[in-house]
Amino acid sequence: MLINLLEKHKTKIIDKWIECLRNSYSGETAKFLKSQNDPFANPVGNTISTGLAGLFELILKEAEPNAIKSILDPVLRIRAIQSFTPSQATDFLFSLKKIIKEVLGNEILQNKKDIDEWFVFEIKIDQLIQTGFDIYMECITKLYELKATEMKKRTFSAFERAGLVKDNT
Amino acid sequence: MTELKPDELLAKIDRNPPASGWMDTPIEIRKGIYCYAANPKSVEYLGLPNARKWNPLEKDWKLPENWQEIIHNGFKERLEKFRTFKIFMDICVRCGACADKCHFFIGTGDPKNMPVLRAELLRSVYRNDFTTFGKILGKVGGARKMTLDVLKEWWYYFFQCTECRRCSVFCPYGIDTAEITIMGRELLNLIGLNIDWIATPVANCYRTGNHLGIQPHAFKDMLDFFVEDIEEVTGVQLEPQYNKKGADILFVTPSGDVFADPGTYTCMGYMMLFHYLKEKYGLDVTWSTYASEGGNFGFFTSHETMKRLNSKMYAEAKRLGVKWILGGECGHMWRVVHQYMDTMNGPADFMEEPVSPITGTKFENAKSTKMVHIAEFTADLIKHNKLELDVTRNDHLKVTYHDSCNPARGMGLLDEPRYVINNVCNNFYEMPANTIREQTFCCGSGAGLNAGENIELRMAGGLPRANAVKYVHEKHGVNMLACICAIDRAAFPALMEYWVPEVDVIGLHELVANALIMPGESKRTTDLRGEPLLGMEDEADE
Repeated sequence: MLINLLEKHKTKIIDKWIECLRNSYSGETAKFLKSQNDPFANPVGNTISTGLAGLFELILKEAEPNAIKSILDPVLRIRAIQSFTPSQATDFLFSLKKIIKEVLGNEILQNKKDIDEWFVFEIKIDQLIQTGFDIYMECITKLYELKATEMKKRTFSAFERAGLVKDNT
Repeated sequence: MTELKPDELLAKIDRNPPASGWMDTPIEIRKGIYCYAANPKSVEYLGLPNARKWNPLEKDWKLPENWQEIIHNGFKERLEKFRTFKIFMDICVRCGACADKCHFFIGTGDPKNMPVLRAELLRSVYRNDFTTFGKILGKVGGARKMTLDVLKEWWYYFFQCTECRRCSVFCPYGIDTAEITIMGRELLNLIGLNIDWIATPVANCYRTGNHLGIQPHAFKDMLDFFVEDIEEVTGVQLEPQYNKKGADILFVTPSGDVFADPGTYTCMGYMMLFHYLKEKYGLDVTWSTYASEGGNFGFFTSHETMKRLNSKMYAEAKRLGVKWILGGECGHMWRVVHQYMDTMNGPADFMEEPVSPITGTKFENAKSTKMVHIAEFTADLIKHNKLELDVTRNDHLKVTYHDSCNPARGMGLLDEPRYVINNVCNNFYEMPANTIREQTFCCGSGAGLNAGENIELRMAGGLPRANAVKYVHEKHGVNMLACICAIDRAAFPALMEYWVPEVDVIGLHELVANALIMPGESKRTTDLRGEPLLGMEDEADE
């Protein structure tokens, strides 16, 4: 069964997936993201490693979409503010298929049932990518919302409360 | 078109960033990271050079023809004038201890935000222009000529540093990278490269007395409005004093406390405390509608501009004839007062050495500047049992405390705010040790970067702080982030909204005022924000 194969190679797949995401940063940064495990000294590296490991476990377990969202959100929330284009920010989700294919190699082709199951599994990754799009857009929308209203909300509302703003309506 | 197989197509996608060295990787100025260029009117008002309209995204930055000469001479002048600058240029061994300590590096993942590399932007030019070694070895020796690309890199990255000094805590040589940013910005200002979020508040402050350019009558109107609000919550009518000659103490706070939520509630807190102390002990405090700004964005422009803005607080203290100055919850106001004021505008020997008229405590640390931090003042009152407090009135809050960079690292104010919080709140939870006290992570918006257009940068810079807040929120249910800085209070609401929306932001003296039992007050059912106190939900609705 495909699931057994994925379980067997889980560590290798997760490691490669994490490495792929880290390598989207410049060399010095990738090195730092890998070197520190402290979640407060290295919040990005920690979110990437615990997040992707957790995500892969959830995909294997047929988890609820909300559970996936809660783990994927922190990763994409970071990517959304880091000067990546949308395709660069979400590229790691697409990479998962390639990484699994690389790791499983010919093992997947030896059994017709595994191939059939792979097609189903691919749909699960597609669903993960879709969830990723939703989260990414939520983050970007939030950023624009903050940009548009932040100053106005804080200062304007203080003046308004004080009755120093003339309402013409 | 040649048809590619899927695997070949996949192999063609390059997921890796360019591998060129930092000197050869030109910058790409990205939206969301940079702040808008300074408004020429503000630059002109301050008498700073090269006031003109320009756009960082355009190729031509409209620089003076001899800009390289101006930078070179400015660099030379500062190396001679500031010994620290010269030492900091020379002694870095690039050990990398600071590299991963910067909140902007951690958050953006951009290696040029490693403090060591940000400083190298200046150092490389220093080596080229001022050292024999650099002149001979050139690039091999880490030297490079000042070109337009280098200049643009300076501008981009010196406005991605909040001068918070976390990196300097870890530097074995004690290099203060904030000072390098300060010098970098000074040099940029010589050819008119400032940002509007700094230049316009500075011009406003210079002209009207505060960052927003609020005139004296509006300043008074806001405080009078707070009087009404406080009466609604407590039933007590306050009578704040304005511009009172001969008052004992002049109170100066950042204007953000007067004009921007949630600092406005902190401001109400100060007013209630002063009223309480006046009723009980006859404390004579005056507000000033002229020294209506504690914040000093001149600090982010040049030493001279910082001096000009700082001087007006002291000029007002002299005019009113007060004994000493009490300062509100501000960040860089305190760095300027604590580290620069004395040699800039001091000693303020026309005032008295500050002594609390209520407890008799001498504030010896303020002997020369004559300016006392309100957290210290209040902690001293609590220590001497001078405040009647009902701590349960903060029971609806689970509080954590952010050490604001400048009071914490700039003046060592670490325990006083905690002492106050612990005496006015029952639920206080510290964030992890490597994110507080001397190692506190910046809000990501200090040093003039609290604009709206650079929100991605602010969210990235504030990421390590928000990450620690998220931790205590998930572990202890923390719902309130306390701080003692007006920029924090302005910056954190947006930061929290993005990273931990369940957590709100509060100033120290709002917590104090919630707990403070005012003489003659009516039964309180809400806090200063009108939120019901714990167990008072039904009564608050009535």
